[in-house]
Amino acid sequence: MNFATLVLANLGRNKVRTILTTLSIFVALFLFCSVRAVTDTLQDTINVGNESRLITRNKTSLVFPLPMGHLERIRALPGVTAVTWSNWFGGTDPVDTRSFFAQFAIDAKTYLPMYDSDLAIVDASPAPGVSAPAGMDPRLAAFMNERTAAIIGEGLMKKKGWKLGQTIRINGTIYPGSWLFVIRAVYRPKVKGLDDMTMYFHWDYLYENSNRQADVGVFSLELADPNRAGQIIKTVDAVFENSPAPTRTETERAFQAGFVSMMGNIPFVVRVLGGAIAFAILLVAMNTMMAAIRERTSEFGVLKTLGFSDAYLFALVLAEAALITLGGGVAGALFARFLVASGKVALPFFPPMSVHWETVFTGIGLAAFMGAVSGLVPAWQTARLRIVDALRRVA
Amino acid sequence: MAQVEVRNVRKVYRRDQLEVPVLDGLSIEIEKGEFIALMGPSGSGKTTLLNLIGGIDRPTSGEVVVDGEDTATLSTRELARWRSRHIGYIFQMYNLMPVLTALQNVELPLLLVRGMKAKERRERARLALSIVGLEDRLDHYPRQLSGGQEQRVAIARAVVTDPTLILADEPTGDLDKKSATEVLELLEKLNSGYQKTIVMVTHDPGAAERAHRMVHLDKGVLSR
Repeated sequence: MNFATLVLANLGRNKVRTILTTLSIFVALFLFCSVRAVTDTLQDTINVGNESRLITRNKTSLVFPLPMGHLERIRALPGVTAVTWSNWFGGTDPVDTRSFFAQFAIDAKTYLPMYDSDLAIVDASPAPGVSAPAGMDPRLAAFMNERTAAIIGEGLMKKKGWKLGQTIRINGTIYPGSWLFVIRAVYRPKVKGLDDMTMYFHWDYLYENSNRQADVGVFSLELADPNRAGQIIKTVDAVFENSPAPTRTETERAFQAGFVSMMGNIPFVVRVLGGAIAFAILLVAMNTMMAAIRERTSEFGVLKTLGFSDAYLFALVLAEAALITLGGGVAGALFARFLVASGKVALPFFPPMSVHWETVFTGIGLAAFMGAVSGLVPAWQTARLRIVDALRRVA
Repeated sequence: MAQVEVRNVRKVYRRDQLEVPVLDGLSIEIEKGEFIALMGPSGSGKTTLLNLIGGIDRPTSGEVVVDGEDTATLSTRELARWRSRHIGYIFQMYNLMPVLTALQNVELPLLLVRGMKAKERRERARLALSIVGLEDRLDHYPRQLSGGQEQRVAIARAVVTDPTLILADEPTGDLDKKSATEVLELLEKLNSGYQKTIVMVTHDPGAAERAHRMVHLDKGVLSR
């Protein structure tokens, strides 16, 4: 027998209470980490943005398009090595209208090379007799040579149960009509935080099928020297300042951050929720520990009579509290990480949700802190307990 | 020199604003190897005197010297260590830890003996339990033992560290006659066979007759 045996024996004294307390802390830490997963995901979204790329959008709002006429003027600017564009399609799957996923019309021959560092093609339809343009993944031949072709993220493929080569129907909301697409390639994100739930298809298809009504949602600019981003941003916006469609240009990371901020002050709400949960943990743990210690007052008197020091009993009580809170806390935080990572929880239009290890460790640290705080008061009371007072409660 | 010297001890408890005197200038000496019974009505100060001798309470004034050590001069921490080495305490209600087996209960005070290995602790606890006739109840929890057996485990716990002084606060007060007799015989054995000094508080004249000396307290003073 040793100190650990004593701690464990005492925790086993009232198994139901110990289990329920541990479970409550498990749930609280699970909620804490799951809620924090929202901010983690939003941060991932911001981090996906590349500092060496710029995004140019309509100055008034992202929902207003830019004319294609801007393209050549941007491309001609010094320091800009490549320009591509994309457009938000905003369609819905008629088979499952409540299941949202993003669709972008892209200029594939310029977009895919620019985002080659972000997206990896993991599967593609064979295309006998045709080839992809030079500099592109050769497996994209079928996609590049078929107007209605689409590239789908592997997470979306799995979720929808789609197969390569399958024709799918998407109902347009911004661009009305029933649109048919053929799945010709599947991508997997190369960078953490980029989602695998998006569909890309040819902008030309959108343009032609929308009676040439489609413009450009955003231009993406690749820079020769990211250190000159500030200067180029000013130049681009100055060029179009007096045009019918003035622009707002920013780094891709700033653009993503701006997009995230459209969701409101979620981090504040999350922090408040997290704080409330942490406070609830503290109260539950403290209440339990206090009750457990009160029940054992006479036993502590006996232990002191036997010669156990105040410090020993202080450590004993603190260890019991820490074990309950840490046990529940570690399990809850890890469960949140692995449940969220399993992909069963998702925010629409955001990368796959994840609980960062930093959040897990913050949760565990919080549990340890709660254990210390909830154990300190009863431990202190136990240490200060006078033997004669404790033993008086025996009779 | 006596093993226990209580010199002109006063003990006053405070209850809110009230001062309650329990011992009033009490002096007594107990020789090594003595078996002494403290008797007296409830509230006479028997348990308080026992607590002062055992170093679990401090006198308001006066001196308590045990084995040459004035316990009033020790810090709380030193006093705890001193108790673990010198005192074996037996309670009326046994006060075993319900979550520990008989063997673990007896092993408990040995956790405080520095440098003693786990195996040695177990062996000594087994030996103590065999002395009290419970070698076949090592893995029983207190709830699985009779009152008499629990008190014998408590006695084994009190002697396992080989203390010089055993203090027993009404050790038979909660036992039937047969168990009480067994416990008293055990205390006699510890006194005569192992030369342990025993101070026993009791209300039972029959139990007190086992002692070498009976001391009566009344209202905080020795009455005869």
